Amino acid sequence: MNVNGFEPKIVAFTCNWCSYAAADLAGTSRIHYPPNVRIIRVMCSGMVDPIYVLKAFEAGFDGVLVAGCHIGDCHYISGNVKAQDRIEKLRRVLHTLGLEDERLKLEWISAAEGGGFAETVKEHVGQLKELGPSPFRKETTP
Amino acid sequence: MAEDKNNVKIGVYVCHCGSNIAGTVDVEELTRFAQEQTAVAVARNYKFMCSEPGQALIKKDIEELGLNRVVVASCSPRMHEPTFRHVCEDAGLNPYQLDMCNIREQCSWVHKDGATEKAKALVRAAASRAYYLEPLETRRVPVTPAVLVVGGGIAGIQAALKIADGGRKVYLVEREPSIGGHMIQLDKTFPTLDCSACITTPKMAAANAHPNIELMTYSEVVNVQGYVGNFKATIRRKPRYVDESLCTGCGVCQEKCPWKTESEFDCGLGPRKAIYTPFPQAVPNVPVIDPELCVYIQKDGKCGACLKFCERGAVDFSQTEKMVEVEVGAIIVATGYDLMDPSAISRLGYKRFPNVITSMEFERLCNATGPTGGHITVDGREPKSVAIIHCVGSRDQKYHTYCSRVCCMYALKFAHLIQEKVEDAKVYQFYIDMRCYGKGYEEFYQRAASEGITFIRGKPSQVTDLAMSEEEKGKLVVVCENTLVGRPLRVPVDTVILCPAMEARSDAKEVARLFNLSQSADGFLMERHAKLEPVATANDGVFIVGCAQGPKDIPDTVAQALAGAAEALALIDAGTVKLEAATATVSEALCHGCGRCEEICEFHAPTIVRRNGNPIPVSSINQAMCKGCGACAAACPTGAISIKHFTRQQILAELEALSGVPV
Repeated sequence: MNVNGFEPKIVAFTCNWCSYAAADLAGTSRIHYPPNVRIIRVMCSGMVDPIYVLKAFEAGFDGVLVAGCHIGDCHYISGNVKAQDRIEKLRRVLHTLGLEDERLKLEWISAAEGGGFAETVKEHVGQLKELGPSPFRKETTP
Repeated sequence: MAEDKNNVKIGVYVCHCGSNIAGTVDVEELTRFAQEQTAVAVARNYKFMCSEPGQALIKKDIEELGLNRVVVASCSPRMHEPTFRHVCEDAGLNPYQLDMCNIREQCSWVHKDGATEKAKALVRAAASRAYYLEPLETRRVPVTPAVLVVGGGIAGIQAALKIADGGRKVYLVEREPSIGGHMIQLDKTFPTLDCSACITTPKMAAANAHPNIELMTYSEVVNVQGYVGNFKATIRRKPRYVDESLCTGCGVCQEKCPWKTESEFDCGLGPRKAIYTPFPQAVPNVPVIDPELCVYIQKDGKCGACLKFCERGAVDFSQTEKMVEVEVGAIIVATGYDLMDPSAISRLGYKRFPNVITSMEFERLCNATGPTGGHITVDGREPKSVAIIHCVGSRDQKYHTYCSRVCCMYALKFAHLIQEKVEDAKVYQFYIDMRCYGKGYEEFYQRAASEGITFIRGKPSQVTDLAMSEEEKGKLVVVCENTLVGRPLRVPVDTVILCPAMEARSDAKEVARLFNLSQSADGFLMERHAKLEPVATANDGVFIVGCAQGPKDIPDTVAQALAGAAEALALIDAGTVKLEAATATVSEALCHGCGRCEEICEFHAPTIVRRNGNPIPVSSINQAMCKGCGACAAACPTGAISIKHFTRQQILAELEALSGVPV
C-alpha cells in the first residue's frame, strides 16, 4: 500500500563513533537524502534502551533506525552486539503490538560510509511508504 | 540539591555558517521559532558562531542574562562541541550545560526542501534536552609521562626522537629485527637525490643511543588497556636467540651459518642466512635466528655453527618469548604501509616474466648495498630499455581509487638513475597524469624531462612476450593506447618496472582493534578530522602518523611524525588529563544487586558491593574505568543505572520534541 503523499517520520539513534559520524560524512560529502529522519546521538548503539524504541512508536514515529559500528568495530568492544540481541528480542514485542518488522531497522554503518547512511535512510523511507503510517501515529506538527 | 526548573534559562544561538546553513535554512525564522520554545530566554543568530565575536555574543548573554543552558545550532558536535564548551566554561557555566544542534552536516548540507522545518524540530529537541541537562564535574587524573611509539620506520623514529629530546621516556616498538622501515630500503630520495641510507642511518643510530628511548625490536604490541593518560601496553618480545648485551655485531655467525633463504629486506633478490641482520647497518646491530630455517632449532641441536664460532657466547637457544608491560600516557601508531603485490594484475606480467619488477625491487637493485652492489641487472643482464608503469593498482576502480602520491616522483627518479648508470638507456614513462606537487618536485620533473625520457600518457593494457615484429623478439612488449594522440602503441623493452599502490597494512584491521581506532574506506587508519586533527584519532591519547594514515612521501611523513610528537608531549606535559564525565551512576534505592551490569561491562567498571547495614547488595561503578558506553544502563532491569549527560529523561525529552507529541 502506497498512501498518497504520506511522508513517514523516522527517528534514528546513531552511535557517536560510527554512524553519527557517517551521517556527518554524508553532510560533508553533500549526499542528499530525504529529510524524514531525525537523529538522536547516543554514545553507543548498546546504550539504546528498548524503552526508547517503544516510546518512539508511541510518539507516532513510523519507523525507528538504530545504527552502530560494524560488528567487531565497536568503540566499546561489543556494545553493538548487545544492541543486536536487544533489538531481536524487542521485535517480538513489536509483533504483538502489530508493528511490522521493517519499521525497526538495525544497521551497521561505519564512519567512512556517508553514502551508506544516506542509502539506509532512503531505503527505510521507501519501505515505510509501502507500509503506510504506523497504527500508533497521531496527527502532529512536523 | 535539585534545581528549580522554573529558573532554567536557555540561550539558543543559530549559526549561519556563512551560507552553509543560511543558504538553505531560514535562520531568521528558525531564531523566531527558537525564541518561542519552553524556557528559552534568548535566541540569536550570527554569521559565524565559532568566531571570536560569535563566542563573545554567547559569553555576554551568559553573564548578563544569567543563562544556565546554551544551545548552539550549527555544525556537528564532533566539530565544535569542544569550542562551545570552552565558551561556557569561560563565562562561568558548566560545560555540560551546552547542547549542540547539528543543522549543517545533518540538515542544510543534505536537504533542500524541508530543511527549515527539520531544523526547527532539531532546535526544539536540543532545547528540550538542554532543559534537563545537569552540570557535571570533570575529574582530572595524573598522566604517566611516557609515550609508546609503535613502528620503527622513519615516522616512528622521528616521533620517538622528538619526544625523547623533549625529555620524556619513549618505548619504541618495532616488529622487525631492525628499525628503519621502508625508507632504509630505498636507494636515493626525490627530489634532492640524497642517499636514503645516508639520511636514515644517523636517525636510527640516534634513536638507539638516546637515553630516553627504550628500543624494543623484534617485538609486537599485543594488548592495550586503560585510557588517555594512563595506558598499559603488553609487548611480546620474540626470542632473538642472541643476547643483545653480549653481541658485538661482528657478523661471524652470519658468515658461518650454512643455511640460506631469500632476504626479505632485498625483496627476495639476494640471500640471507638463518642467523641474520636484515642489512649491515641494522639497528640494533644484533642478529636474530629465524626459527623456521635454523637447523639447530628444527632438528634438535644438529648444526650449532653460530654457537661454536661466537667468541662472546652471545648465541642463546634457551631464550623464550617474553611479555613486557609498559605504562604510558600517550600512544603513537606509526605502522606504515604495505606495497601492493602486482601479481594480482596478471596482465602486467609480474611473477610471469622475470624482467617485470616492482619499484621496491628496483630500489634494491639500484642500491650500492643491494644484492647487485648497485649495478642495475635484471634477469642476468643490464637493461638498455626500461618501461616504468605508473598507477599499478592506484587510481584504479578495480583496486584502489586513491592516488599513492609518491609514484610519479620516484618514477622520475628511476629514469634519472637508469640514465646515469646505463649508457644510452631508453626510459619510457607510462602515466595517467604527472603529479609533482611538492616543494622542488615540479623542478625535478622539468629536469628529468629534459634528460630525454619518453612520456606516454596511457594505462598499459598488458605486458607480453609475444613478438609481432623482428624488433619485438626477445623483448617485453608494453601494449598501450597513447591517449594524447588516440593511437594504440606497442613498446618493446628489456625491463618493466611497476609502481604498485601503497596499501593499508594487511593487518590494519587488527591494529585498529588493538588501539581502538577506525579505518577509512581505503583501509588506512582514520584521523579525527581530515584537516584540523590530522594525527589525533577518535580514541583520546592515541595518535596516528605516517603512512598508517594514508600514502605519503617522506617529508609529509616526517611532518606528521613531529605533529604526533607535539600532540603526545602536549598531552603528557600537561601533567593531568580530564576524565570522561559522562559516566554511569547507580541509584542505590532502585538497584537490587542482580549483577547484570557486572556481567556485561567490557571494562569491569561495575562491581556488586554490600553496603553497611543494607541487606541488599548494590552495584558500584568505578568512575575511572567507566567509558560511558551505556550498555549497563540499557541492560539494567530496574532502571537503576543512568548515564550522565545521556539520561533517560534527556533522551526521552529529545524524542518527544522531535515527534511533536508527549511521550
